[in-house]
Formats: sequence, C-alpha cells, structure tokens
Amino acid sequence: MTIVLQIAIDAISLGSLYALTALGIGLIFGILRLINFAHGDFITIGAFALIVPSAAVVASPFIGAWPFWALIPAIILIVIVLALAAERIAFRPLRGANPATLLIASFAVSYVLQHVILLIYTGRPKSVDIGGGLTEHIALGELRVPVIQIVTIAVSVALLVGLAVFMRRTTFGVQMRAAAEDFHMARLLGVRANTVIALAFGISGLLAGVVSLIYISQTGMLSFRMSLQLVMVAFIATVIGGMGSLVGAAVGGFVVGIASVALQAVLPEDAALMRDAFIFGFVILVLMIRPQGLIITRAARQRV
Amino acid sequence: MTSGSAVAMGLRKYWPLIGLTLLLVLIVAIAALTGSTQLQRTVAEGLIKLIIVIGLYIFIGNSGVLSFGSITYMMIGAYGTAWFTMMPNFKKLSLPGLPEFVIEMQVDPMVGMALAAGLAAVVALVTGAMVMRMNGIAASIATFAVLAMFYTIYNNWERVTYGMSSIIGLKMYVNMYVCLGYALVALLLAFLYQISRFGLALRAAREDEIAARAFGVNVYAQRIIAFTLSGFLIGAAGVLHGHFLGILTVAAFYIPITFITLAMLVIGGQNSLSGAVIGAIVITTVIEVFRILEKGVEIGGAMIQAPLGIQEILLGIVMLLILVFRPTGIMRGREIPWPFGARAAAADVPAR
Repeated sequence: MTIVLQIAIDAISLGSLYALTALGIGLIFGILRLINFAHGDFITIGAFALIVPSAAVVASPFIGAWPFWALIPAIILIVIVLALAAERIAFRPLRGANPATLLIASFAVSYVLQHVILLIYTGRPKSVDIGGGLTEHIALGELRVPVIQIVTIAVSVALLVGLAVFMRRTTFGVQMRAAAEDFHMARLLGVRANTVIALAFGISGLLAGVVSLIYISQTGMLSFRMSLQLVMVAFIATVIGGMGSLVGAAVGGFVVGIASVALQAVLPEDAALMRDAFIFGFVILVLMIRPQGLIITRAARQRV
Repeated sequence: MTSGSAVAMGLRKYWPLIGLTLLLVLIVAIAALTGSTQLQRTVAEGLIKLIIVIGLYIFIGNSGVLSFGSITYMMIGAYGTAWFTMMPNFKKLSLPGLPEFVIEMQVDPMVGMALAAGLAAVVALVTGAMVMRMNGIAASIATFAVLAMFYTIYNNWERVTYGMSSIIGLKMYVNMYVCLGYALVALLLAFLYQISRFGLALRAAREDEIAARAFGVNVYAQRIIAFTLSGFLIGAAGVLHGHFLGILTVAAFYIPITFITLAMLVIGGQNSLSGAVIGAIVITTVIEVFRILEKGVEIGGAMIQAPLGIQEILLGIVMLLILVFRPTGIMRGREIPWPFGARAAAADVPAR
C-alpha cells in the first residue's frame, strides 16, 4: 500500500510538471495554431538566468543566490519578457501564415536561443542548487515524501485553479477563450488581437518560468538541451488532451505523467530503458482510438 | 498540331524536371572544377539532404500534412544497410541480436541500398497506415511520436544497433557523383509522382479534402502511397549517409536533422518540387558561407572573421527573415518558370 501511494505521489508530481508545460504550449496553439517549439528554450533560459553568465566550468549563482521572495519573481519576469519579445520580434510578422511556416519559425527561434546559450555558457552541463530545504523528505506515517514533490503539486494545483478562474471570470479570460474557439469571429466582435496574443504569450511565459524553477530545484542540472524531453512530452500531452482545449492540455499532461511513472514501476529492468518508446507507442494508440484527443472542443469537431 | 510544337509542349511539361536536373549537374560540375575536397564534401552532404527534402516534399508538399517523423526512415535505411552489407564476423561480435540469416548475409552495396530503402518503405507503409487515420495536426504529432519511439528503441537496443555507441566500418563508396546520381533519380521519381494520377489526387485533397472525397479520391490510401514513397527516398538518403561517413550514431537521426531538412523545405516553398530543391540549395549555401566566415576570410588584405559559435545564430536569424518576407517560401509554391516565350501558355504542371 505504501509503495502504491508513493508511486501515486510521484506520478501526480511528474504529471503536474507536464501539465504546466503542456498548458503553456496549448494556450498559444489554441489561439495562433502555432506549435511553439521555443517554449522549452524559455524554460531553459529561466534556469540559466540563475547563474552568472560565463563559460566557467563551475557555475557561480547569480539570481540563484537571491532570497526566495526576490528570486521567484525575478526568474518569472525574465521568462515573461523573453516570451513577449519572441512574440513581438518573430511571431507577430508571421501572423496568419500557415502552420508549417509558424512551426519552422518557432524552430528557428529555438535554434537561435539554444545557440545563444551555447555561446555564453558553453555546452558543458552545470549544476546549481536552489532547492535548499526542498530536497528533504517529510514523513507521513510510513510514507517518506520529498518536500519538492508536495511543493510541485501544490503550486501546480494553485496555478491551474488560478488560470481556470482567470479564464472564466475575467474579461480578458473570456476574450482569450473566444479567440481560441474562433479567432476570426472573436476579432469581428471586437476582441483585440494584439492584446489577446500578447496576454497568451505572457501567461505562457509565466508558466514556463514556474516550470523552470520547479524543474531546476528537482534536478539541479543545467544544460542547453535540458528541456527538450520535457517539451516533447508536453506536445504529446496537448495532442492527447485534444488540441486547442486548455482543460485537455492539463489532462493530457497528467495522463502522460501518470503513464510514465506507472510504466517505470511495472516494466521489468530491461524494458524500463525503453519506457519512452512505450509511452510514445501508447500515444499513437490513444490517437488512433480518439484522433481528436480526449477532450474535443466545439471548433475542432469535424463536420463532414 | 505540328510535331514540332508537340515536342515543345512536352519540353514545357517536363521543364521543371529538366531545369532542376541541369541546376544540380551545374553545381556538381563547378565543385568538380574547383578541385576543392572540402567543397566536394559539402556538395555531397548537401545532395544527401536534398534527397531527404525531396522525400519530405513528396508527402508534405503534395498532401499538405506536416510530418515531423520522417527522419525515422532515414535511420532505418542507414542501419539497414549496416545490417545487410557489413562483415558477418563483425555482426556476430557486435550485433548478435540480429536474426541468424542477417548475420550471415553480406550483400553488394547496391543490393544493400535496395534492401535497406525497401525496409524503410515497408516501415513507412505500416506506420503510415496507422498515422494517416488521423487528421491534420494530430497526424503530424503522431509522426513525431513515431520518430521518438524508434529513436528510443534504436538508442537502447544494444544487441541490434550497438546502442549509443557508433557502428564503424561501413564501406565508404559514396562520393559527390554517387550522391548526384541518386539525387537525380529522386528528382525524377518525385516529378513523375506529382504529375501521375496519384499525385494529382493527393494535391486535390490538399486543396479541398471534402471535394476530393466527393470526386472519389480515397484520401487515406493516397496519403499512405505518398508516405511510403517518401519513406523509400528518405531511407535511401540514410543509406548514402551511412556509406558517406562510414560511421553510424543513433544521435544523428533526431531533432537537429529533422529541423534543418524541414526548414529547407518550408523556406524553399513546400508546395512545389522546385521549392524543395531551391530551399536545400539556399540553406546549404548559407550554412557553408557562415562556416567559411567563421574560419576567417581575407578580403583586400584585411582578415574578416566571425566570432566562433555565431554561425548557428546567424543561420536561425536568416531563416526567420526569409520566412517573414516570404511566408510561402522562396518559390511561393511555383515551379521554375519556362524560360522561353509567353509564360501564360506554359503547360502548367499543377503548380499550387
């Protein structure tokens, strides 16, 4: 029983990390039909901002040495500014282009960001410790749970609830949902395209900032491709959930996270290496059974 | 109609093929004349990428559905040729997980090419049959899941692929001229496909899927046909890649190569064969120019050298700029125009 509970907590904690990343991608996709490959690099840059920019082998902390009340908003702010800048410089001139063009543009942005990191920090992995007390375990009866997992779950739930309230209760939220449903119609009804899109990138940046903080306090390792795996899983999650649906993105993130941890626990030693292959196979299977994803938005439903 | 004008009509119809062939031959001739080994290697590598881009074009260009996963078939082709053409002794030691008859066999490189590209095509057929049941963006992401799945398997299947270590010792028979030969074959296949009834049916479905279905086009089947042909060519490119470098690593078949070849296609203009070719040529040239700049060039006695590591950043920016100014690609979905006489009368190969 303890083991099952332990695995469940692992699964929910990983799932919530995936859900936050998937939401950041799903939000942009819903409105712009842009699969933002650069989202992972937003996360990476948030993490790298913790250390002093230099090629030195041993990283010295920069923002990472600040007290928590300053560190957290600073990192999140940096990532939000970065996301807004990417939108303004790269994606706004391409508004209305076809999805292939948008995708390649986001690839190009990602490529540039990665190589800027390489140029400044070199490709050597570095370590940074901002976890502090978060790496300790607390005992709940027989269960020993790392504090970071509890924090991860709590932060994610808070963000998800906050986002849901924002989307349903505020004018901007309603406008964003309208834009995601039918951007053209929403604009005709007076929704300002630039505001809504900038807002989407801002929120996406906020989510990326939070993910980079959580991720780095879990792993402590920095490398210029650190968020590749995370972002690939998040893509998959947005599709499983149903592209264009925010609830779907979050659900998809949890589903993939839970499936990963469950497979890790169930598979024999040899096959565990192939875990990701099973996950991607599982994704193909889900998509074959439900090509539109688990949660289907009205706009995505095919009429013929 | 006189026979002379019939010949002219035929020439016009096939002009994109003829023009692109001449262009590639010209590039190789120039590289041969300079005698620079470095340049010839670059051209050979560029031609291998071109074959991938043509392969991508056959599916993506004609169907309008993006595939992020086609590098899978390049990997299968490359490893296939290693399985079929390497020495049995080597395989017994390093790849003992292969079936007995594969370990024992050692075929000629040409046969190896046919077998390995054929294997890639078969895998493309099977995976395509699964993936194409989905629509648009879901299909695109599913192809990506296919790539990630095969990549993980190849990376960890120690006894069959040598895992994360490199397979060394493939026969290095591929040079610039071999690449040119295969690139021209790829060009021919892509062109013949696009003017065939299969290509036309798929293009019709790209423009309006519902209308095409109403006219009796089986969109699912047409997409699978294109995907299989595309997998075959990309598999062949993988074979060439293996025998060009003589060494195989699974890590070479993942996101970076997917990105660069897709970028070539989209920047050239994904809706025409000419776009695919021009995109590959332009991006290869840009990369090479930056690479030379990074090494340093002497112009009028002054040494100009770009700082190390800036090459990729500039490449990314150049690609973004091209996309911003030409969102539909350099060729804007057209084939290269007939150079003689009025354009309006050109026997138009389905251009857009």
